[in-house]
Parts: sequence; C-alpha cells; structure tokens
Amino acid sequence: MAGGCMIKTAGHRMRTINMSQRWTPAQIRSLLKGLAFISPWIVGFGGFVLYPIAASAYFSLTRYDVLRPARFIGLENYVELFTKDETFRTVIGNTVYLVVIGVPAGLVVAFLLASLLNREMQFRPLFRTIFFLPVLVPAVASAEVWRWVYNTNYGVINSFIKSWGLAVIPFISSVELAKPSLILIHVWAQGTAIIIFLAALQDVPRSLMDAAEVDGANPLQRFWHVTIPICTPAILFVMLTGMIGMFQYFTLGWLLTQGGPNESTEFFSLYLYRNAFQFFKMGYASAQAWILFIIILAFTLLIFRSSARWVYYAGESN
Amino acid sequence: MQQAESIASRPIQHTSLKQRPLLKIAQRALFYVMMVVLALIFAGPLLWMLSTSFKTDPQVYTVPPTWFPNPFRLVNYPEALSSRPFGVYTYNTLRYALGAVAGALISNTLVAYGFARIRWPGRDIFFIICLSTMMIPFQVRMIPLYLTFKNLGWLNTYLPLIVPTFLGVNAYYTFLLRQFFLTIPSELSDAARVDGCTELGILIRIILPLAKPALAVIGLLQFMFAWDNYIGPLIYLNNESLYPIALGLQQFRTMFQEELMWPYMMAASTATVAPVIILYFFVQRTFVEGISITGLKG
Repeated sequence: MAGGCMIKTAGHRMRTINMSQRWTPAQIRSLLKGLAFISPWIVGFGGFVLYPIAASAYFSLTRYDVLRPARFIGLENYVELFTKDETFRTVIGNTVYLVVIGVPAGLVVAFLLASLLNREMQFRPLFRTIFFLPVLVPAVASAEVWRWVYNTNYGVINSFIKSWGLAVIPFISSVELAKPSLILIHVWAQGTAIIIFLAALQDVPRSLMDAAEVDGANPLQRFWHVTIPICTPAILFVMLTGMIGMFQYFTLGWLLTQGGPNESTEFFSLYLYRNAFQFFKMGYASAQAWILFIIILAFTLLIFRSSARWVYYAGESN
Repeated sequence: MQQAESIASRPIQHTSLKQRPLLKIAQRALFYVMMVVLALIFAGPLLWMLSTSFKTDPQVYTVPPTWFPNPFRLVNYPEALSSRPFGVYTYNTLRYALGAVAGALISNTLVAYGFARIRWPGRDIFFIICLSTMMIPFQVRMIPLYLTFKNLGWLNTYLPLIVPTFLGVNAYYTFLLRQFFLTIPSELSDAARVDGCTELGILIRIILPLAKPALAVIGLLQFMFAWDNYIGPLIYLNNESLYPIALGLQQFRTMFQEELMWPYMMAASTATVAPVIILYFFVQRTFVEGISITGLKG
C-alpha cells in the first residue's frame, strides 16, 4: 500500500540528496518554504512529542509522586516491574492476548465483510452503512450498550438463552470469557477497516480475475491466490494501525470490566493509568510506558520485516 | 480477453449456462439471506439499545425479550436527559470538538502541503520522522503532557485538548491529506506559479477546493475522536461543569445504577450516539469517497 511504497521511494530519494553539495539560492528558498509550511508540526513535534518522550524516559528512572520532586533511582523501576510486580506480568499476558487474537480476528471479519459487500447486490449502500455504523459509536456509549447486551439476566443474548432453557453465558463477569467478550466488541466495530478493504477490493484488476478463471481457478482459489495478494498492502496497513491501537486499549476495558474479574482484563494502559493517576507513581508508570513503547516498536519491526515476504506491491517495478 | 470469449462461446459452456438459472437464483437467495442475517447481527446491539430506550421497566425484564416496546415510552428521553445536565455536556463537547476540528484542518493542511506539493531538501526525512510518530503510544507522552499542562495552569480548561491539534500533531491526518494532495496534477500548481501565485495562494485557491472530500474525512475523524475521547478529558478535567459527553455519560451511569434503570441508561446512550450518526449521514458520500482515495490510491 501507499505506506510501504512511499517509504520505499522516499528511501531512494534520500540517497540522491548529497549533503556536501553546495545549495543553490533556489534550493534554499524551497527549503525555507517547505519548513515554513511544516512549521506547525515542527513546534508540535518538539513540544508535544519529542519533549514528552524525553521527559518520560527521564521520569522512568526516578521515583516521582508529583508532590515531591523526582528522585533519580536508576533502573529500579524496570527491575521492580520485571522481577517483583506479578500484576505486571499478568498485564503483559492480557495485552498480548488481546493483540494477538483481537487484531487478526477483527482483520479477518472486516476482510470477509468487505468481500461480501464487493459483490453486486441490491441495497449495497444500506448494507455498507450497517456494517460501518458500529465504529461511529463512541466507546463510552459502546460500553453501556454492550454491558446491557451482555447482561447475565436480561441481556438480549442471555434472555433468549434462558427462554430456551439453556445455561446463561457469563460474558464479562467470567475470567475465561471476559477477554473474548471484549474482542467480540472490537470485531463488531470494524467499519474503518471495511471501508479500506472495500477500496482495495475495487482495485483488483478485472483482467487478472478473468485470467485466473480461464486458467480454471475456482472462486475460492481466485480469492486466495488473486484477491488476497492484491489486497496485502491494505492488509498490512490495517494490521499495523490495528496493532498499535490495540496495545493502547483503554476506554472499553476501563468502563466495562475495570480490569476484572480477577485481573483478567487488566491491560497495559489500565494498569499504567492506575499507577500514574490513582497511585501517583509517575516514575513507575513512565517505566511502563517505555516498555509499552518498546513492545510496539518490536511488533512494528516484526510486521514490517515479515511484510517483505507476504506483501505484494503491484506498482513495485515503477 | 479473446481467449476468455472463445471459451465462453464453446457449446458445452452454453448448455451449462442454460442449466444454471435455477441454481443461480437459489445461490442469490442464499446470499441475500446471509447478508440480512449478518446485517441484523451487526445492527443488533444498536437496535437493542434503541428498543430498550423506549421500554417501561417491566418490559425490560420479559424473557424472551421484546423488540417492539408497547407501550412506547418516548418520555424516557426527557426524563433521563434532564436528570443530569446533558445539554451542558453536549455544549462542552462541542466547544472543544469544534476547536479541535478547526485546528486539525488548518495545521494538517499546511503541513501536508509542505510534504506533498513543495520540493525541498530534507523533506522526505522530515516526513518519515512525522510518520514514525504514529507508532508512539499516547501513554509515553501522557504523564509529561499532564505535568506540563498542570504547570501551565491548563488543567480544567479545554486548552490541552485543542492546542495540540493546531500544531499538526496527528500524523495520520497529515498522511491522509498528503496522499490526497499527491493525486492532484502538478501542472495546476505549476501554471499558477508561472502566474506569480504564492504557495499559500496555490493551496487556498487550487488545492483546497479540490481536496474537499479529504478535508471532510479529516474533519469527521477529528470530530468523532473528540466526541469519543475519554482518557483526555478524564486526565485534564475534574470539574463536572466542564465535563464533555464522554465523562457525562458515566455520571448517568452512577446515577442510574445497573439493573434498575436500563431504559434511562439506553436513552442517554442513544442521545450520545445519535449526533455522530446523524453527522455521518450528512457527510457519508464524501466520507466514503475520501477514505477510499486518501487511504489507498496515493
């Protein structure tokens, strides 16, 4: 997709910039013009990105409760997180579960729905709107709606189950089902991914599908060997943004399960928020934030590295 | 293509096509049944919310559940929404959401223009740095930002939620706009440049009118984000008179306590969802078009 392609072409161009060559007045003018246009970002980047990251790195090496000044303690926070804090271990496990199961689940459902929507049909805009709508629902409202849907006694699912005389499903109140129940909500709200996939699917060249059909590929084979490869750039994009977002999962977990039952939904951001704003352990929370950052970086690199093997760029040769 | 046609015109293919209609109709019917079932599943939670919001208390506890409330208790809405200052919450949300939308539109347009339409040495390096900020989790910046805003005396104001948007901090918007700007033929700008138009003039007179779908996407995404944002207000605001809807809905929840007042809770939830959905219907076409263009065809 655009993301990957663009970085690639940028790389080529970067090499053509020769730092030692003398700049012409025209070049200097264009440099100033360019910098002027991106100046809001430069200020924002410095003040709201670079400084906070550096400060956070420093705080992570301190004990800081806001009331008293930060006290430098070296790597103690990190040592404590990895050796003493058992909740932290649970938190990492929960978060990785959420990302490793939730992101692919959402991606697969979004892709299948987009493929269905891509077929010729009546009322396509209506269907598209219905599948898209959940993503518009604010997380706070989503939490209340699903709390009611998942209600053990009178929620829509358990109410039917009860009327059939079966055992109710405890959803968010059980240790085993709490995480899958949250993932189900995530899978429900895949609107953005659906729209992105739909756009990618519409770009699958008709000629390629016809050629595959002539070669005797059945619909399933065409889907697997033509449609999916063509859409891999979009899949990469959705996977990356989904992964980064999922590692920061907060609102629904905070409102719906508050980390429970028995810490089964205590995710990274929840625990970090608790440490920072409930226990006022700003240093300890900053160390967690940095660990989260490094985990996200590692996953991003892993996905990017592997993408060379499975992402197909149609425009690669140009 | 020719080969395909010649195969299609073979006699064997013809007979199999003739046998098909019935099978095809059955397949088609099955497909629509599946689509309708899927649509009902996906719309289910929202329909359940809407249905509950009109129910009387006893109707909430019927097993199996009823989908069509009778009597239809419309008065749940005024009763629920007046029990807390819902109007104030909405007004508060709009106050900072509109500011944030303006900020995102202005700053990201300028920055994206600098990255897409002007050639300057070092541009690509800056752009890669800009893009890579998308990987940085908010949590890393959260604590220093909170402390900075605290020192600036910005807590319990909307400034922490508005000011950063004016500085183009959201790289995703910059990326989307840049992708869109790249699709506009450079001849248009070149012609204007020859005529002595400044870059800002080109941006305003030529690029912006063509970029309406992309701007609509950014505007809607930022508005939805502001309406939806929970952790920001949670950290920066602790005075109920400043609460936006995201925090306000929780006030309803503590008031209506679980189990007891589901219709009220669902009425308040519907009122929270409705503005976003109504807004979406107004800009739907531009939005879908914009996402498709900006997201993938760069």
